[in-house]
Amino acid sequence: MAGLLSSVRKRLSSDALRTGRNGGQTDPVVAELRAALAPDRVRYDGAERTVLSHDASIYAGGVAGPVCFPLTTTEVQAIMVIAERHTRNVVPRGAGTGLAGGAIPLGAPIVVSVTRMNEIEQVDTANRFAWVGPGVVNLDLTRHLTPLGFHFAPDPSSQQVCTIGGNVANNSGGPHCLAYGVTNAHVLAVEVVLPNGDIVMLGGLEDEPAGYDLRGTFVGSEGTLGIATRVAVRLTPNPPAVTTLLLSFETIRDAANTVSDIIAAGMVPAALEVMDQRITVAVENYVHAGYPTDAGAVLLAEVDGLAESIEIDAHHIAALGHKNNALHIRVAADEAERAALWKGRKTAFGAIAQIAPDYYLHDTVVPRGALADVLDKIYEIADRHDLLVMNVFHAGDGNLHPLLVFDAREPGVVDRVHQAGAEIVRASLDAGGVLSGEHGIGVEKQAYMDEFFTAEDLAHQNRLRQAFDPGCRTNPGKVIPSGHSCADIQALRSVPRDVWA
Amino acid sequence: MTARLAVTDPVLLAFADEVGADGPVAVEGARTRWEVGGPGHPDTRLVRAPAGIVDYVPDEMTVTVRCGTTVAELHQALSAEGQRTALPERAGTVGGALAVGENGLHVLGRGRVREAALQVRYVSDDGKVVTGGGPTVKNVTGFDLPRLLVGSLGTVGLLAEVILRTNPIPAVTRWVASDDADPFTVLDTILRPGSVLWDGNRTWIELEGHVPAVDAEQARLASMGTWIEVDGPPELESHRWVLPPGEIQTNVDGFGSRFVASVGVGTVWADVAQPSRAVAAGVTALNQRVKEQFDPRHRLNPGRDPGAR
Repeated sequence: MAGLLSSVRKRLSSDALRTGRNGGQTDPVVAELRAALAPDRVRYDGAERTVLSHDASIYAGGVAGPVCFPLTTTEVQAIMVIAERHTRNVVPRGAGTGLAGGAIPLGAPIVVSVTRMNEIEQVDTANRFAWVGPGVVNLDLTRHLTPLGFHFAPDPSSQQVCTIGGNVANNSGGPHCLAYGVTNAHVLAVEVVLPNGDIVMLGGLEDEPAGYDLRGTFVGSEGTLGIATRVAVRLTPNPPAVTTLLLSFETIRDAANTVSDIIAAGMVPAALEVMDQRITVAVENYVHAGYPTDAGAVLLAEVDGLAESIEIDAHHIAALGHKNNALHIRVAADEAERAALWKGRKTAFGAIAQIAPDYYLHDTVVPRGALADVLDKIYEIADRHDLLVMNVFHAGDGNLHPLLVFDAREPGVVDRVHQAGAEIVRASLDAGGVLSGEHGIGVEKQAYMDEFFTAEDLAHQNRLRQAFDPGCRTNPGKVIPSGHSCADIQALRSVPRDVWA
Repeated sequence: MTARLAVTDPVLLAFADEVGADGPVAVEGARTRWEVGGPGHPDTRLVRAPAGIVDYVPDEMTVTVRCGTTVAELHQALSAEGQRTALPERAGTVGGALAVGENGLHVLGRGRVREAALQVRYVSDDGKVVTGGGPTVKNVTGFDLPRLLVGSLGTVGLLAEVILRTNPIPAVTRWVASDDADPFTVLDTILRPGSVLWDGNRTWIELEGHVPAVDAEQARLASMGTWIEVDGPPELESHRWVLPPGEIQTNVDGFGSRFVASVGVGTVWADVAQPSRAVAAGVTALNQRVKEQFDPRHRLNPGRDPGAR
């Protein structure tokens, strides 16, 4: 995915990286970090720093300082202590699949990649939890649990590469979070190294740990409150039966109305995903999953649980589809067909490479009843800016993912993409929606935060930040816009100008 | 430009005025869990949160409710549309249930109180209405202040109004009980029970869902014991323990003469109080820093400590 965006990104400031050519011998922090970890796990060469200055967002990379690959909590603590001693910023990082710029290093910070802390330490199926390292890949965890009859419920489209630590940072979702809830509902405890070097256990294996719910506030804080070093995740039993329905419609409005009717009928399916015709055609050309290419929109509806139960829900969903003029309703005949349909849905973003080299994937949430009207507006906005938009989204919870597809080599197109994106965000807010459903704020949505929250609201978010990170040294410059944030401006004073767009 | 979440409701603004910016103050609900977190400071001025359901959109499965509303009144309004929330039926007011943050006995079926609040509006230490979270069922816009407020015993802000997630009431709810079944085996067998309770001898199961599914689950139970249908859960003892679910059996001797344990969850209602739970020093320090940030003058519900339970 990241490769598709490369042409959008500006080249990094080469001056900032050139300082690494001497192996960091002139930077006392590098020597201390190497002494605390190991020489080969603190990189200061241009290649590593370039790779880790990006994430999967449209935003140009920042500038990474020394890049650390700790193996243990103690090593992360050592990094934090060294960083504090030298008043250096720290940016934690998982697989870098974030789409909001949350992992981009600003101000040449120490980058802490947790990807080598990837051990599944303990699995307790009797009590339904597992202790894992933050670098464990989401799908690797579920594959490990599958033979035991369990899975980790959050399933973002990037699950083949994204890490549990990244999921914790972003409170990640995915198609199946409709019924099962997002990451916060599946994290029992997080061991965190705070910016002052303290190691704290937030949450616990008991349901209501004493004190404030700091585990709950840490999840989704986008790496600004500390670094997660171990995570206790909840294990979800695999359902004994699953039925996947594919409903096709002439219009996306009919599909959206079907979704609203399903929710209004008191059903909470495992997933309700909608794709418009443009993305469906791209997906079908890409994976040949059996999606109809002549329909205006398709709805992928999945119900799981007891066989006796899902049969009733599947019939009900089909009836509501018919009521909303469904052209065709198909039930996946077997696991192979079901897997093919999901493969299509989950590789949708890869499929667009056939159409144009670049895309900008947005993420907003609107009330479910407003889906159809907001979608109309999104198509109108894209038309007005002479852009192609495709819609593939988590319809069941109103989580839109408009995909603006373009070729960045076309003069002026990037500006139009940003303009259209801004209008899409505001159309979602106008409909009573929110800025982000699962990608987070990062650097992408900061400019909109004070259109949503009041200054007082943002000041209170900053109070939380200050309690964890009074110096604003952990992932500075993210989430809270700078006018409302603690010491971020000072913390970033060393950012070379024009390194990110 | 006015922020979308700017508060204009005169009822909330009047509540903020009543709370004011000076002097110790706390919200009084129905006093059903008044003793949690230790005795409040006697000089504390008590106020009541505004009441009433502000906006209920059944199709969105969300409800906006002022925090002085009773849970009973809220659930009565929701049940007319076939919905409910995760707030425990035993609770007094909505604000009290959230400020205390204790789950009910239906956690497995109805979810956790900490996951119920999508948006919170509270009055800050300096007498202003602050909003955290957002109105939609899915949202990662900014830090998760609703999580901080739930269970905070009114020590970081005084809850005024919330948007809660609702969930559908299943077609049928059936309670069954057995004196010879192993509740831990039952938990592994029944896919999504509403509740599994155990008093050391008897096991109660709340089965929920479509009628054929509940019938099928009940049939599966037959291989694990002799079951009778009962009206509902047993009476719960007044002292509440919170344990990792795997530590219920190892603590049985400490529960006193009677207890009811929520199997798979770890909540135990016993006639003996739980020994105070140890909180690690680093976590205590972090809790204190949070308190200092949100209430530097210690005027919000002084005397009560969310860590002392």
